[in-house]
Amino acid sequence: MDESGYGRAASNRLDRTFAALANPTRRALLARLASGTLAVGELAEPLSLSQPAVSRHLKVLERAGLISSGSDAQKRPRTLDARPLAQATAWLETYREYWEASFGRLDGLLSELKTTKTKPKRTARKKR
Amino acid sequence: MLLSQSFTLSTPSECEIQVTREFNAGRELVFDAFTKPELVRRWLLGPPGWTMPVCEIDLRVGGAYRYVWRSEIDGSQMAVGGVFRDVILRERLVASEKFDDAWYPGEALVTTVFVEMKGITKTTIVVRYESREARDTARRSGMEYGMAAGYDRLEELLPKVTGART
Repeated sequence: MDESGYGRAASNRLDRTFAALANPTRRALLARLASGTLAVGELAEPLSLSQPAVSRHLKVLERAGLISSGSDAQKRPRTLDARPLAQATAWLETYREYWEASFGRLDGLLSELKTTKTKPKRTARKKR
Repeated sequence: MLLSQSFTLSTPSECEIQVTREFNAGRELVFDAFTKPELVRRWLLGPPGWTMPVCEIDLRVGGAYRYVWRSEIDGSQMAVGGVFRDVILRERLVASEKFDDAWYPGEALVTTVFVEMKGITKTTIVVRYESREARDTARRSGMEYGMAAGYDRLEELLPKVTGART
């Protein structure tokens, strides 16, 4: 495997995604954006936050690639971009798949070992 | 008894990944399945399509282990090895872990603990990387492996899908 710039960039992007998500206010902002594009003012209102505070959080989300800003410089509408989120969960999913597939096989192996280790005197109990 | 629901996966700290699972067997059997090469190579294979042609385990403190996986689909290989730092039979294993083609700094340390209750053995595996950077890089290589496996499965699935269409 090569130490490609792409690989490092992908890793850095994951870092930014996780850092951005590690904040309840930013997750609330993302949840609101999930229903559509909103301007900063509209985002700030229900969270009882100042516009500058919301802007700071939006900047973090934007750097993580989780949202993009529209061209209207006045309202600065934001749109959710779910791609980095999908990537962030992908690596955990890979671990999950690896272990779940392996453990499923281990279940079968263990029950096989149990039947060979115990004397086949008692007939296999049927469990539902 | 179906214990696949007991599976958990978490990141207890920024350097660690933790996996837990319960098995319907006593500690002795589960421990054997984790440490005897003829057993390990039968289940520690991840997604379908992989075999383990090399599985060597020298189960003692300072003893080495080595696993080599091979994809039956494209022949690609993946290898990992390490040294046991702590071995308490049927209870606890601590071993270093380093993949052959890993470029992340240092080694990971894998701690596996077996706890039996009423014939059920709970197994906890904690993989600790030397740094958060190492974990992130390691998980990226895992991601590539997973994606490759995903494509393999897709290939398996495709004839069925096209077959169903006709």
